[in-house]
Amino acid sequence: MNKSSVSLFIDKFTSSRLFYPLLALALILVLDGIFIPDFFSIQVRNGDLYGRVIDIMRNASTVMVLALGMTLVIATGGIDLSVGAVMAIAASVAAIMMNPVIIGLELPPDLMKFMNDPNFTYSPLWEVILVTLLVAIICGAWNGALVAHMKIQPMVGTLILMIAGRGIAQLITNGVRIQIFYQPYAYIGQGWAVLPFSLYLAFILFGLIWLLVRKTSIGMFIESVGINPKASFYSGINEKNIKMLVYIICGLCAGIAGLIASSNIKTSDANNIGWAIELDAILAVVIGGTSMAGGRFSLLASMIGAMVIQAITTSMYAIGVPAFALQAIKGFVVVLVIFLYAEPVRAFFQKLTLRKAVKA
Amino acid sequence: MKEKKAESLLIEMRGITKVFPGVKALDNVDFNLRYGEIHALLGGNGAGKSTLIKVLTGVEKPDSGKIFLMGHEVTIRSPRHAQELGISTVYQEVNLCPNLSVAENILIGRQPMIRGCIDWKEMNSQAAGILKRILGIDIDVTQLLGSYSVAIQQMVAIARALEIESAKVLILDEPTSSLTTNETEQLFSVMRKLKSENVGIIFITHFLDQVYEVSDRITVIRNGKLISCDDTASLSKMDLIIKMIGRTIADLDEMVKIKNKTTRNVGKENVLKATDFGRMDWVEPMDLNLHDREVLGLAGLVGSGRTETALLLFGVDSPDSGSLEVGNRKIRKYSPNNSIHQGIALSPEDRKAAGIIDDLTVRENIILALQAGRGWFKHLNSKNQTQIADKFIKLLDISTPTAEQLVRNLSGGNQQKVILARWLAINPRVLILDEPTRGIDVGTKAEIQKLVLTLAEEGKSVIFISSELEEVMRCSHRISVLSDKKKIAEFSGQVDEHVLLETMAGSG
Repeated sequence: MNKSSVSLFIDKFTSSRLFYPLLALALILVLDGIFIPDFFSIQVRNGDLYGRVIDIMRNASTVMVLALGMTLVIATGGIDLSVGAVMAIAASVAAIMMNPVIIGLELPPDLMKFMNDPNFTYSPLWEVILVTLLVAIICGAWNGALVAHMKIQPMVGTLILMIAGRGIAQLITNGVRIQIFYQPYAYIGQGWAVLPFSLYLAFILFGLIWLLVRKTSIGMFIESVGINPKASFYSGINEKNIKMLVYIICGLCAGIAGLIASSNIKTSDANNIGWAIELDAILAVVIGGTSMAGGRFSLLASMIGAMVIQAITTSMYAIGVPAFALQAIKGFVVVLVIFLYAEPVRAFFQKLTLRKAVKA
Repeated sequence: MKEKKAESLLIEMRGITKVFPGVKALDNVDFNLRYGEIHALLGGNGAGKSTLIKVLTGVEKPDSGKIFLMGHEVTIRSPRHAQELGISTVYQEVNLCPNLSVAENILIGRQPMIRGCIDWKEMNSQAAGILKRILGIDIDVTQLLGSYSVAIQQMVAIARALEIESAKVLILDEPTSSLTTNETEQLFSVMRKLKSENVGIIFITHFLDQVYEVSDRITVIRNGKLISCDDTASLSKMDLIIKMIGRTIADLDEMVKIKNKTTRNVGKENVLKATDFGRMDWVEPMDLNLHDREVLGLAGLVGSGRTETALLLFGVDSPDSGSLEVGNRKIRKYSPNNSIHQGIALSPEDRKAAGIIDDLTVRENIILALQAGRGWFKHLNSKNQTQIADKFIKLLDISTPTAEQLVRNLSGGNQQKVILARWLAINPRVLILDEPTRGIDVGTKAEIQKLVLTLAEEGKSVIFISSELEEVMRCSHRISVLSDKKKIAEFSGQVDEHVLLETMAGSG
């Protein structure tokens, strides 16, 4: 039985980690194409591309960024529930740096006039971004310290910041929702250079993290710690440092996501920014095929997972599912995905393809 | 007459075939078990023993073949169903809950109840009674199972299997691999007692002496095929080994020759020197030294402190007394990572929990310690990694299709070789091997023993730990004996087995 190179390629592809996420994405897009008129149509305005598919990718960029960090954390056998709260903290820090006057109740009249000026910022943009990401890294380091050094279970350890984080975000802005008028900042989430700027951001981050984990030994150590922490320790791997690193990266990703989100809505809304988004990030990783128990991971598959989630959300809105029913539909899709990933179902499909191969 | 014959068989398996993707694990295998018989099931690693047992216990469904239980054809649907039919198993790796107490582990699912609540007092006394009655051991059943040694855990697993009242068939999958001589004897007397009560026992082990001591018949499986089924009395040990491995093993003479040759090489210089070295609850302070090109055996019963000594030397935790010098340099920081830099390697006792990373490839497992020593950023590129992996796959004769195979798909013996490769890859000065031959087949065992001596010849120093005294004696130039977490004696040159045994038992 000589296999042709085509069937060999198919074999290789179907056993690849990207197969299931891509299949899910393709399935949703095909259904969209059938039920939603002009779904795939793309307009060109001033050389930039617009359309539903572009929208999906732009809206997915926040979850994509989060999923990158979350993938590494989950690969070590952990979880980070605090990413949504860290996003809120990041948004507050960024907003207050650009517009600190809003919390001082007695505003000097000479500053007052700048309030709504789209060209005014108190701190320069690079400073805003640097400090915000630094704060996000500190948040990640806090989680990492709890999990790696205090040996608190990740779910409990990160729950602390998940709950406290939004309070901290409120404290930073003195409980006020700060409007962001500064126009260049809006470019992060709303800018366009042929494709949405936030999408480039997500893919650049993907590239950097991929280089960091796959072109060094870090990726293998992360997987090793996730599969068997004891044996990893006995093999000389410093488990604590690895865990610190992944939580710090996850915090950093949450910070970037916070910048994107606040730039999108032009406020620091501590109550709503990143609300329940940690679940989307975790789901994206799961759809990407990384086991919640830790171990083998694929960053690209998680990125596709994030797109799957956003595609579902956007299609539901387009079909006319009311916002309040969306969570239920999402839940149903999750069940479906997890069902497809379950061992018996996979075995069934494997058997099916095996039989075909025998017949041929 | 014909009916009578069928009735005298407790279990009959006919033409069992099981195919896994790419492997024919069982090929038309017949097997039967009589009432009141101890039937040894033998074969090398990956021969198909475990698969046959899994078919019998409902873990795997056979692709073809029939199973008769007491003359009636049965389809075993699940492990639970197998238990209901009276087939109980104690697996090779203890699969109980270390977080529950001993009593809970024995009686889980059958806890005595009082007014809708668990009657703890009754449960504990029942469990203690069961252990005493069946195995004759007396331990605190309210302690967590995980706080006991592997040996005790194994005993608890056996007690649990036996406690299932209707057990007609008891399957013991390498029950003795972590037991001491005494405990093994205890187990055998239990087995004989059950045999006299007409229970059929399937006994899987790698210890051939034990097979001859206790079994009535021997079935040999190799490469998924039935090789033979003989009465134990009519099968010589040599014939049995030939059947199991398909060739005669490198004989003892050669080992002796190598050992004598390497004995001359043993240097005077201390490669490793521990002074007053110990840790509370692990081992009492001891002096231990290891010479250049020497194999030092650590002998002792399970729980005597052999493993703890190995872990402490490797720096898994810090000692609270004494000091350790490696090559005349004092160790200041105790961690596995630092040990790698000092050239100390440890192949741990518990291969599954502390050794292999089962979802990583053979290549990744082999280069893991080397890479951990180099750190995050001095990354070996994939070409280098493959070169190193392929070198050791060839050197140790690891049977795997490619270096990219996941380690979980390898047999126990090959996994052990992968761990050896991991440590040889860092080119250590001191190699600590804790039970490197446990649970692996006769052929591989001999290979590893020979490897130990070859390594010493090539300039490495080895600390060799094994529960098999014969093996320790065969490989070591010098033997330290531990008992009750203390080093109590040291022998060099020719040692008499009986003297050694008496020393081990003496102060215990």
